[in-house]
Amino acid sequence: MTKELTCIICPKGCRIKVEYEGNNIISVTGNSCKRGYAYACDEAIDPKRTVTSTMRTVSGKLLPVKTDKPIQKKLIFECMKAINTSKADDDTKIGDIILSGVLGTDVNIVATGPVR
Amino acid sequence: MKTTDLVIIGGGPAGMSAAVAAYESGVKDILILERDSSLGGILQQCIHNGFGLHKFSEELTGPEYAARYEARVKELKIPYKLNTMVLEINQNKEVTAINSEEGIFTIQAKAIILAMGCRERPKGALNISGTRPSGIFTAGTAQKFVNMMGYMPGKSVVILGSGDIGLIMARRMTLEGAKVKAVCELMPYSGGLERNIEQCLRDFDIPLKLSCTVAEIHGKDRLEGVTIANVDKNRCIIPETKEYIECDTLLLSCGLIPENELTKACGINIDRITNGADVDQNRETSVEGIFACGNVLHVHDLVDNVSEEAETAGKGAAEYILNRKNKSASIRVKTDGKVRYCVPQRITDIGDTTLFFRVSDIYKDVKIIVKDGEKEIFSRKKQKVAPGEMESIMLKGDILTEVDSGEITVGLEKLQ
Repeated sequence: MTKELTCIICPKGCRIKVEYEGNNIISVTGNSCKRGYAYACDEAIDPKRTVTSTMRTVSGKLLPVKTDKPIQKKLIFECMKAINTSKADDDTKIGDIILSGVLGTDVNIVATGPVR
Repeated sequence: MKTTDLVIIGGGPAGMSAAVAAYESGVKDILILERDSSLGGILQQCIHNGFGLHKFSEELTGPEYAARYEARVKELKIPYKLNTMVLEINQNKEVTAINSEEGIFTIQAKAIILAMGCRERPKGALNISGTRPSGIFTAGTAQKFVNMMGYMPGKSVVILGSGDIGLIMARRMTLEGAKVKAVCELMPYSGGLERNIEQCLRDFDIPLKLSCTVAEIHGKDRLEGVTIANVDKNRCIIPETKEYIECDTLLLSCGLIPENELTKACGINIDRITNGADVDQNRETSVEGIFACGNVLHVHDLVDNVSEEAETAGKGAAEYILNRKNKSASIRVKTDGKVRYCVPQRITDIGDTTLFFRVSDIYKDVKIIVKDGEKEIFSRKKQKVAPGEMESIMLKGDILTEVDSGEITVGLEKLQ
């Protein structure tokens, strides 16, 4: 199988071609860095995305949050649901883990800013 | 009158980075004036990731990127005033500002850095026919509603304009449960980054309609739908392609305009293409001692470039305050039209100089050339250039020394 994709790792947006059989990568061409290679391999077999959103605090304020690493693309909406049904403490600080191991993955939801 | 060595107008990424650079270059008496209630500027509402790859070699969200600079400003104890609006600056470098605690006050500065950022092109500037219901927002306003105030502007959405903010908002609205029915782009290509088309539109099967615009707005109190239509090469609507889309929200992502009211009122020369000041390599404007950087100077696509430019302005302002050198050169930087604009527009001191520019269309297999009269002094091959992506080249000081016509032209030539 061959998949053509646009790399989302940096603003350059390289066009990458991946050849693969099942879970085995045969070749990656068009990338200009190692991170692009890794992205292309993942993208062909098991696409992942970083999710960024906001979470309400206990007192109803908003806190910006993100997944601390990319999560499986097919879990994006479930991940959003987990974020939108949770509440963060009002004294949460940037970098604090709010939900650990979301949806049984090794991905945590962390605060990316102060509560405003 | 209170005096301060350096007054910086705006506490967003440009203002904070300029402040830190000026401080590190030896100017300690600095004041940042910010009209919002916190530092960080527009980054605070840009909760998505993708910031900082160049500057910090990691992928940060907007608030995280801003927090790095805010921490540095606080660590250096650089003073700033929040909720403070600058009303006027003049050529004597007097800054008049207002806030609710001090009323109106004037500060005499030795140098000023303009870092006011930009604002969105509003609906009124777009000439869309039809009714004027509620439900029409600029993409950045919608972003503020969703990300900072926690309000969803609507449930079914059409977006006009495929600039990065529009693309980011297409994904954001989708994640929060809205249905984004289409992103329409007047031009035959997107104004946004490729990566954003991939991860904001294709990931969610949102159609991107190129050479397409909103022809009519429908609805009395609330938006009920829009008529979209394709446009021909003169950007005129092709009537037979009209199509009605039901929606309750229209987001506009149709370009950003540097916010230069203070600059213009001060009599600083403006570049008619960038809509920002005409500057030299230190980002000094036509008024000595007044500098400009970031989106108020020209609209950037990456905040990393804003920070970098602000460092140049910060260092330039510090040099101006501490030991003013005479200007050693006078080279005008022109463009050939295929290159739409270039910053800086002037070179007043010979040294290695980086030129930042945008092209006017998508060009493939070209070389970027710089000419001194008819003589080519620099060239570099490029597979593809696009208006949505700022390009840069570095000209060595020894090349610039040899320029004898007093002006250089940055342009593109098709590769044979």
